[in-house]
Amino acid sequence: MITFDNIGKRFGQLDALQDVSLAVRPGAVTALVGPNGSGKTTLIKIGLGLTRADHGTLHVGGHPADAAGAYRRAIGYMPQAAHFPANLRVGDVLDLVERLRPGEATDDELARAFDMDGIRDKFVGTLSGGTRQKVNAVIAFLFRPALLILDEPTAGLDPLSANVLKEKIRAVRRAERSILVTSHIMAELESLADDVAFLCDGRLRFSGAVGDLLSRTGERSLEDAIATLMRTERERAA
Amino acid sequence: MNVVTLVLQAGLRDLSRNRWIVAYTLCFLGIAEGLFWFGGTGPQVLLSLLNLVLLVLPLVALVFGTIHVYASREFVELLLAQPVPRRALFTGLYLGLALPLAGAFVLGAGIPFAVHAREGASAAGVAALLAAGIGLSLAFAAIATWIALRTDDRLKGVGLALGVWLAATVGYDGLVLGAAAAFGDYPLERPLLALMLANPVDVARVLVLTQLDVSALMGYTGALFEHTFGTALGTTIAALALVLWWAVPLGLAERRFGARDF
Repeated sequence: MITFDNIGKRFGQLDALQDVSLAVRPGAVTALVGPNGSGKTTLIKIGLGLTRADHGTLHVGGHPADAAGAYRRAIGYMPQAAHFPANLRVGDVLDLVERLRPGEATDDELARAFDMDGIRDKFVGTLSGGTRQKVNAVIAFLFRPALLILDEPTAGLDPLSANVLKEKIRAVRRAERSILVTSHIMAELESLADDVAFLCDGRLRFSGAVGDLLSRTGERSLEDAIATLMRTERERAA
Repeated sequence: MNVVTLVLQAGLRDLSRNRWIVAYTLCFLGIAEGLFWFGGTGPQVLLSLLNLVLLVLPLVALVFGTIHVYASREFVELLLAQPVPRRALFTGLYLGLALPLAGAFVLGAGIPFAVHAREGASAAGVAALLAAGIGLSLAFAAIATWIALRTDDRLKGVGLALGVWLAATVGYDGLVLGAAAAFGDYPLERPLLALMLANPVDVARVLVLTQLDVSALMGYTGALFEHTFGTALGTTIAALALVLWWAVPLGLAERRFGARDF
């Protein structure tokens, strides 16, 4: 669904990404994992066109990503933290995003599950962090794009809302749409992901099925497998 | 509705409810009304308000504008992740900042003059004051946007905005006085005219004062400007200079917005 090919990005002296090639399969949930500062957010931002790669190519749905950004019609994005203008009402924010994507089929299932109708008239600045995160999630799932990019989607959500969101992610996968998700909660990713991509120091160290990673590392859980990979990387660096 | 209009509408909705913008409007309203209340005639109020406009308006547009752009960064990222062109998004975001600032000033300063229309302030003078205020709001909002887009560190950005304000108000006057005193024996007309056009605050001041019969308040550069160009040509040149002070920083900010990594 989305293919990063030989992507490189430097910020000053820092090699944020080095020759990263990664393909997210249609109808699969791909977990993007790695230590802090490994390049996960940079890769996501390159996928969205927020950050420009120094080299490499990006294809979405088999087509090269255009500079004008029309390819983002195929993408729904949930950033890590929800920041909306404090003096807008929830309804203003939802309407704005909906009207920026005219003609797209909408999906109000998550909006109903999170009771957006009940808070439409509230000012964003008066909402708790968790409720703002629900609005953030609703925006990402408001349409039916072929690909969803979710950056720490359950951060700040209460357990019930996190469950609702994870169930929605599974429903999207059942509908043969793709998801690229990052999280620091490995147990959560293990319950959702088909594939895993492990980034460390801007390099892609593993990309494949979760089962393959478990076999390769000899571990029984994704958390242990990722910890083993990180330990190996640290030893290699030393 | 197009992207620019949608983003502008959201900006207007947000900032029209912003307490600082409301306070800014009420501040101008209160001061102008107070000046009338304490017996000022229309021309006196206009001149008093001009001094306030030249000092406060650039400060508010620069500091509020810079902070607003920084505070909007994550929301801008969310909007950029939608299938919208960067240029249209930038235009909507800039207008969503600059128009509420200009509108707050027009309401705050304009309503008292409308209410006290019979107290002698010339229509041309009031129009020039409002036009200069709008021009300064648009220009300094563009400079603030450019600063915030160029400087990732918020503290540095706000510091830079304050530095620009100090340079355009206090520093500039000192420079003109110093130059006039130090090089009094040399022909300084051309350099001082260039210096005047290099400062949007002085351009706005001259733009308003050329509409009023107050030669004594022109100041050195203003008097020189009117003497050199006359009223009609001077007004045109000052207005064009103010337009340039809006267009150039806006163009730089737009270019930066189009090229930068978020």
